[in-house]
Amino acid sequence: MSDNDMNEVEHLSCDVLVIGAGGAGLRAAVEARLAGKSVIVISKSLFGKAHTVMAEGGAAAAMGNVNSNDNWQVHFRDTMRGGKFLNNYRMAELHAREAPDRIWELETYGALFDRTADGKISQRNFGGHEYPRLAHVGDRTGLELIRTLQQKLVSLQQDDEAAGEGEDKLQVIDETTITELFTAGGAVKGAFGYRRGTGRFMAIAAPSIVLATGGIGRSFKVTSNSWEYTGDGHALALRAGAKLINMEFIQFHPTGMVWPPSVRGILVTESVRGDGGVLKNSEGKRFMFDYIPEVFKAQYADNPDEADRWYTDPDQNRRPPELLPRDEVARAINSEVKAGRGTEHGGVYLDIASRRSAEYIRERLPSMHHQFKELADVDITAEPMEVGPTCHYIMGGIEVDADTAASAVTGLFAAGEVSGGMHGSNRLGGNSLSDLLVFGKRAGQHAAAHAGASEPPKLTAAEIDAATEEALRPFGNDGENPFALQSAMQAINGRLVGIIRRAGELEEALTELAALKDRIANVSASGGRAYNPGWHLALDLRNMYVCSVATAMAALERDESRGGHTREDAPGMNPQWRKVNLVASLEDEEVRLTRRAVPSMTPELLGLFETSELSKYMTPEEYQSSTESSTEESR
Amino acid sequence: MSERTFRVWRGDADGGDFAEFDVEVNEGEVVLDVVHRIQAEQAPDLAVRWNCKAGKCGSCSAEVNGMPRLMCMTRMNLFEEGQTVTITPLRTFPVVRDLVTDVSFNYEKARSMPAFAPPQDLEPGEYRMQQVDVERSQEFRKCIECFLCQNTCHVVRDHEENKPPFSGPRLFIRAAELDMHPLDARDDRRELAQDDQGLGMCNITKCCTEVCPEHIKITDNAIIPMKERVAGDRYDPLVWLGRKIFRK
Repeated sequence: MSDNDMNEVEHLSCDVLVIGAGGAGLRAAVEARLAGKSVIVISKSLFGKAHTVMAEGGAAAAMGNVNSNDNWQVHFRDTMRGGKFLNNYRMAELHAREAPDRIWELETYGALFDRTADGKISQRNFGGHEYPRLAHVGDRTGLELIRTLQQKLVSLQQDDEAAGEGEDKLQVIDETTITELFTAGGAVKGAFGYRRGTGRFMAIAAPSIVLATGGIGRSFKVTSNSWEYTGDGHALALRAGAKLINMEFIQFHPTGMVWPPSVRGILVTESVRGDGGVLKNSEGKRFMFDYIPEVFKAQYADNPDEADRWYTDPDQNRRPPELLPRDEVARAINSEVKAGRGTEHGGVYLDIASRRSAEYIRERLPSMHHQFKELADVDITAEPMEVGPTCHYIMGGIEVDADTAASAVTGLFAAGEVSGGMHGSNRLGGNSLSDLLVFGKRAGQHAAAHAGASEPPKLTAAEIDAATEEALRPFGNDGENPFALQSAMQAINGRLVGIIRRAGELEEALTELAALKDRIANVSASGGRAYNPGWHLALDLRNMYVCSVATAMAALERDESRGGHTREDAPGMNPQWRKVNLVASLEDEEVRLTRRAVPSMTPELLGLFETSELSKYMTPEEYQSSTESSTEESR
Repeated sequence: MSERTFRVWRGDADGGDFAEFDVEVNEGEVVLDVVHRIQAEQAPDLAVRWNCKAGKCGSCSAEVNGMPRLMCMTRMNLFEEGQTVTITPLRTFPVVRDLVTDVSFNYEKARSMPAFAPPQDLEPGEYRMQQVDVERSQEFRKCIECFLCQNTCHVVRDHEENKPPFSGPRLFIRAAELDMHPLDARDDRRELAQDDQGLGMCNITKCCTEVCPEHIKITDNAIIPMKERVAGDRYDPLVWLGRKIFRK
């Protein structure tokens, strides 16, 4: 094929363009299509392979199937506690209220969750959740979610076909990456990208765009995230003029595999602990009892006897401290290893073998059993696992309106991990799958409504030419290999912006990252355009870079410790900082940081908490006036 | 740490050949780790598909020393010391580049598979099913769509002409899953499998079951029961009589 043919750009258009084909993107696409709009879904990998498949434990929704005391108010409280009250309260409220309907809806699409004895959806215990709340399928819930949504999309395509509609009403374009968003007058109007298989370009005109691109985890060395998670949506939004909040808050999942080296970082589900597993150090001590923070002492058992009784009698006993929110557990493991009480390979032991029968373990945790057996020669029904923290999830992301998922750029919406605010400073396990359903639906719905009120946009030859030139630049560069640059960036983030942070190191990180900037701009690609991973990574690097800078800047600015941001030189939460979101934007290609007030909770929602609890997080003025006027009836 | 020779097929739809790489291998590594090292250090444009690297997404399917496998779940200690590791793309699907094949055949077959039909008389939240009844379908929903079964099935491997009428094991377990779903409202799943998916072309050699990384008993638990039920429905004299009387 001649270069001319190769440079011919494929032109497409639709009402709603969904970038990202994980749970949030697919749920948005379903909603937009049901609203009658034409929809294109862009999938960076093959259809059905997005990182949602890696979610193991379940989807949190207060259905009350296992403990009838559960309701949305309790779920809301747990979510706010988990996020250390930095959450956008309205998002947390909508999430807790709507999650049950989003789960039940999946059953009408064909999902098959595990059942209770009376035939309802079974729910399991998880860190930070007061009651058993996670709808699950063994330990492969994410796979069930993505496959269900994938099959729902196919069924909508079949409906279109039966109704005589064209195939262009709902298209999934797989193995395609978006490199630019086009905007005019503060509104989006389309996107530009390449097909991985051929290297050919496409331009898509669309009045509404939903970003659902997931996270940034690939910027860290030890991570549970795959090659796709390079902060594409975060960076596209910034460049289009939207803002990111809370970028300093990164969740290190407490239990990733640590050995052998090649699997370091691969996730070990929290369900192991929810189903009875405990953490032990090299001296055999169950150490989590030593790490219960003041704010959680009322809910967590301080001795093994009470903790063990909780599994069978949760109403009379406090929860085991292994089920504290993830940030607490990750820090505890980190401290144990640092104090020299770690395992041979630098982790701690996660033991379920000595606590549950082999049969129970195989039934409840089949994929963990399989994973350890195949990858580490460890039989988890007979031996403990070695685990340690791994970069898993970014709480920060695109600042959106809670109800509509709209960003600051007209027509640009965001849902799932790429959005910010819902989880505050730390996400509870199980709240991600429910988040992407609740806000995926909302984003799809409002993107469809916006498209209905907009003129079809027009893309110009000049902007398409500029995007083409930018995408091809690595072929003309004479700089470094993209894989080497990626390793360099991962090393900086892992060493200096990791689980425990210090001001001096964060400054060092910013200096080192700045030194990478020109090297990334000059990154070179070799070979042809068809399915060329080196070229693709070269284009992803600038996204990883801008996200890394935003994270390091915000981490330096916030001199307190909260959730997924721990400053050794500024320990403890500061109520003044609870009121502040750090907002990142892009000006002249440089990241700028500003402060904005966290939205204040309504008196009704404040009334869901005891004053004594609020006083641990807030300044007196914040909780006193409002709690006086609130009622206790909704408890 | 040791050094190993890897032979990796490189090329595209127009043809190609093996490229040899001498590459470092460390303790505990899987084939995909070594392919990534080749990519990072020797051939940045080496095309390979992967995502989760934990056997959960089914992206990194290839043929390793002739066996269809997930590269992320193939430990290097499986091979003899000094043994050359040869990797080729899945043979049943057209090559895109290097180790990446065009697997759209499988998505097209999924597209023609009638979707779950929800029961009309139940609202969301009203579904009640017993664990023992959902377990049969859940086995098939473990499928990670790595398409190793499709690649191995000799009905389509080297038989391009069989592809139009034959959906393959991946879609047979989908048919069985829906047939066994306690609340699926359609009652013609077996007939669809027989008439539209080419279930009859399968002659139960179990190659699909052997390569399934999820250890789904594709043949025993899905294909054979579906075949038996089709036979039962069609040739049982009582069913035949019932059909005549009730004009089903």
